[in-house]
Amino acid sequence: MSAVSDVASSVRPAGIAARRADFPALHQQVNGKPLAYLDSAASAQRPQAVIDAMVAHERRNHANVHRGVHQLSQRATDAYESAREKVSKYINASGSDEIIFTRGTTESINLVASSFGKMRLRPGDEVLITWMEHHSNIVPWQMICEQTGARLVAAPITNAGELDLEAFHRLLNDCTRIVAVAHVSNALGTINPVQDIIEAARKAGAAVLLDGAQATPHMRIDVQALDCDFYALSGHKTFGPTGIGVLYGKRALLDAMPPWQGGGEMIRTVTFEETTYNALPYKFEAGTQNITAAVGLGAALDYLSGIDYEDMARHEADLLDYATERLLELPGIRLIGTAAAKAGVVSFTLGDIHAHDLGTVVDMEGVAIRTGHHCAMPVMEHFGIPATARASFALYNDRGDVDQLVTGLNRAAELFL
Amino acid sequence: MNELQELYREVILDHNRQPRNFGKLENADRVVDGVNPLCGDRMTLYVNLDGEQVSDIRFTGTGCAISVASSSLMTEKAKGHSIDELRTLFDRVHEMLTGNGAEVDMDLDELDKLAALSGVRAYPTRVKCATLAWHALIGAISGSRDRISTE
Repeated sequence: MSAVSDVASSVRPAGIAARRADFPALHQQVNGKPLAYLDSAASAQRPQAVIDAMVAHERRNHANVHRGVHQLSQRATDAYESAREKVSKYINASGSDEIIFTRGTTESINLVASSFGKMRLRPGDEVLITWMEHHSNIVPWQMICEQTGARLVAAPITNAGELDLEAFHRLLNDCTRIVAVAHVSNALGTINPVQDIIEAARKAGAAVLLDGAQATPHMRIDVQALDCDFYALSGHKTFGPTGIGVLYGKRALLDAMPPWQGGGEMIRTVTFEETTYNALPYKFEAGTQNITAAVGLGAALDYLSGIDYEDMARHEADLLDYATERLLELPGIRLIGTAAAKAGVVSFTLGDIHAHDLGTVVDMEGVAIRTGHHCAMPVMEHFGIPATARASFALYNDRGDVDQLVTGLNRAAELFL
Repeated sequence: MNELQELYREVILDHNRQPRNFGKLENADRVVDGVNPLCGDRMTLYVNLDGEQVSDIRFTGTGCAISVASSSLMTEKAKGHSIDELRTLFDRVHEMLTGNGAEVDMDLDELDKLAALSGVRAYPTRVKCATLAWHALIGAISGSRDRISTE
């Protein structure tokens, strides 16, 4: 008996095995092989606790929130507002009225661009982003710049996939009103020096939005310590459900901003002559929100609060090192994104094999990776490639997943090279 | 044949490694750009017509093995055929590639080497890689000036 468990623990460290057991989707065969899920940067799997919380809410507590005097409405309101509390605590906001539920990171950024951007930007003003942004942190700014006559400026990146800080500081000037930067790059894994960026932007008098979609699954966020003005995050990338995201904003800014969507919930009084708006955060939550998904996100944050973050960071760093080392053994491999500070993302090309062929071949080995431009076409342009294959790691992955990927890549090399 | 060999048949691997009719056709009668926005596959198709007949056809571009091989096979097949024949062939190829996963009730013999692409049917996300070249061909023989997109 002990021999068996010894073998098992040599393959999968005990802590990770227990963590994996929390995620039911990981325990299945894909194309006849055990699933190696290496696509968490696109969407993470959910722990059973999240699924249970959502099912329980759907089965017993579903009703519309706020203003209902009946029991179920009260329960739904309590669950929804308690999820908001959990988010607030999780990112250390100064109060839950600074937490706005959205459909996702993309909607959070669109909210800021539409409302804050419209209020702040004038012709000749500038919005500063970087070359490594996801399209969702490019296009909303392009749209608002077009409407306001402001200019969108992108700071370049280096060949390692790091922000060119010197260029960034040069481009940050008196005209810069908004700086919008990924906390962690989805295509490259680069962790940006956000503290420096925020400090410099503050001196230049610009507001800062951090796109935290790729950061929250890997690290503790403290928005007060960061002192950013806005922080956007995703439910489904943080082990919660899709259809829910969060915008954190500093109270004073949110208070000053005009609402961006009109409807129920966001009003205080309505006459045909005039509407007065609700207090924060409801001013920005027009219509019935995705209540069950908010409950799911709350459960995901509860789950994460039981995780030792230092332990998780060590584990993910080890996995990243191991994956980098194993991939570099493959002839023809080219790593895209070799920043000194990286989260659990490895983007690569293999010889002249197209990323989609790689994706299909490794899928037959049960390995799920993402292939394509990762909604970051300027990054692909910078590296002069149409697409990359990207393996991304979360707290439930282990070296076995990496080995399975390497087996798949070797098969692709045999076939194509 | 395992699943991998069923999709990436030897003919496909060969046409991907050494695409036939690859390169620009100077002063072509018809030039059409085709893109598959989902994958980033892009190709330019050059066609010369002699009356109603395709007298020469070449392509350039980048893409996955399926899209490059499909382009190569398509050009090989199209040369010498009339516009009407190619429209019929397009329908047959389309049927072969999209025939909802079940055994397709069709005679693949007339498709000759093109039948090598039939394995794509089992991979819905890859079907557009294979159809891109054919959509570009239809665009070219119809005299379309627009960019052809699979989306």
